[in-house]
Amino acid sequence: MSPKKTVKRSLKHTKWFKALTAGLWQDHPTFCMVLGICSMLAITNRLDNAIAMGFGVTFCTVFSSLFVSLFRNVIPGRVRMLAYMVIIATFVICVDRFLKAYFPPISEALGPYVGLIITNCILMGRAEAYAIKNGPLLSALDGLGCGIGYTFMLVLMALVRETIGFGTLLGHRVMPGSWVNWVVMTIAPGAFFLLGVYLWIFRTIAKKTEA
Amino acid sequence: MNTTNPLILLIATIFTHNIALVYILGMCPFIVISKNFKTALGMGAAIIFVVTLTAVINWPIYWLILVPAHAEIVSYLIFIVVIAATVQLLEMLIEKFFPPLQSSFGIFLPLITVNCIVLAVLLFMVLRKYDFVQTIFYSVGTSAGWALAITIMAAIKEKMMLISDIPKGLRGAGITMIIAGLLAFAFMGFAGMITLQ
Repeated sequence: MSPKKTVKRSLKHTKWFKALTAGLWQDHPTFCMVLGICSMLAITNRLDNAIAMGFGVTFCTVFSSLFVSLFRNVIPGRVRMLAYMVIIATFVICVDRFLKAYFPPISEALGPYVGLIITNCILMGRAEAYAIKNGPLLSALDGLGCGIGYTFMLVLMALVRETIGFGTLLGHRVMPGSWVNWVVMTIAPGAFFLLGVYLWIFRTIAKKTEA
Repeated sequence: MNTTNPLILLIATIFTHNIALVYILGMCPFIVISKNFKTALGMGAAIIFVVTLTAVINWPIYWLILVPAHAEIVSYLIFIVVIAATVQLLEMLIEKFFPPLQSSFGIFLPLITVNCIVLAVLLFMVLRKYDFVQTIFYSVGTSAGWALAITIMAAIKEKMMLISDIPKGLRGAGITMIIAGLLAFAFMGFAGMITLQ
């Protein structure tokens, strides 16, 4: 099953590798396609929330892509959106129950944003753009790549926002005692500005600009 | 049950607890559709209509069917299926009976199915235990607040396109985020007016 063993020498050129890495840089869900912003901005004021959200989204992208791809030949074209949503919602319910059972404080902090993974455009986008046309394993890898890319972005945002906004990291004090918290970073405007700056930096580096 | 006055809820959700600028929801259309003032207005109207309709339909489903049956676990599934069905139905009705509306209003409907706001309103409604009247005011206020935010954004961007020279990397989504940040600041000015629980 594992293609990595058979074509070890040219691992970089296999379609498996491409499927996994496309979401990490080239088609990064946030930077290139500007998808899934809602939950990203709202929950990244604490690093632990961001990590939990990242795991939740990755779990959902992997399994929803896998199952959309498995059922791709039986899903009728006209109702495919509804089919995606039902598949996605099933896994979101799993994530929601898991967080409620094992991490009640995080579940409390995320609130409705866990349920809102359903309408996270990344999941729908991957299902429509990739999983409906490709095999199950490739789709799962693609989902994994996108999920990791998204998690990375969440962590990047949360690192800055929690350090500057609360002076802590994962609840531990990291800034010196004289540090004055930038409260603005913990609320909506700070999130908007930070993402704007990140987008600016990334797009300048990658030379992906809009007219 | 929540005891907030429905009218206060309406004002709060439009200004002090604006769903786009305080809760940061519904960002995908906020970035993509805010290039043109008229289009933004159409999208806003469509959102107000769909959000209110789905909230009114889903409230009895949740509190009168799912809660007595102890089936809250499937509420997400039920909600999205109802949203999708409502939107599909609405699209067909508009196509059949109000063809002139199709071009200005109908084209946004498929997009709304995957809009976070529609689901978010339902989730907040459940989380904060609103009663039926509160739900109506809450959904109208929330969607009107979002429509207000997107139309302001579209108006700013339209003017900006005419006069400004934005750095290349910042064009498109980047500058939208910066403007949204400034708008969010402006809306914080309302914050002292009302505190919601």
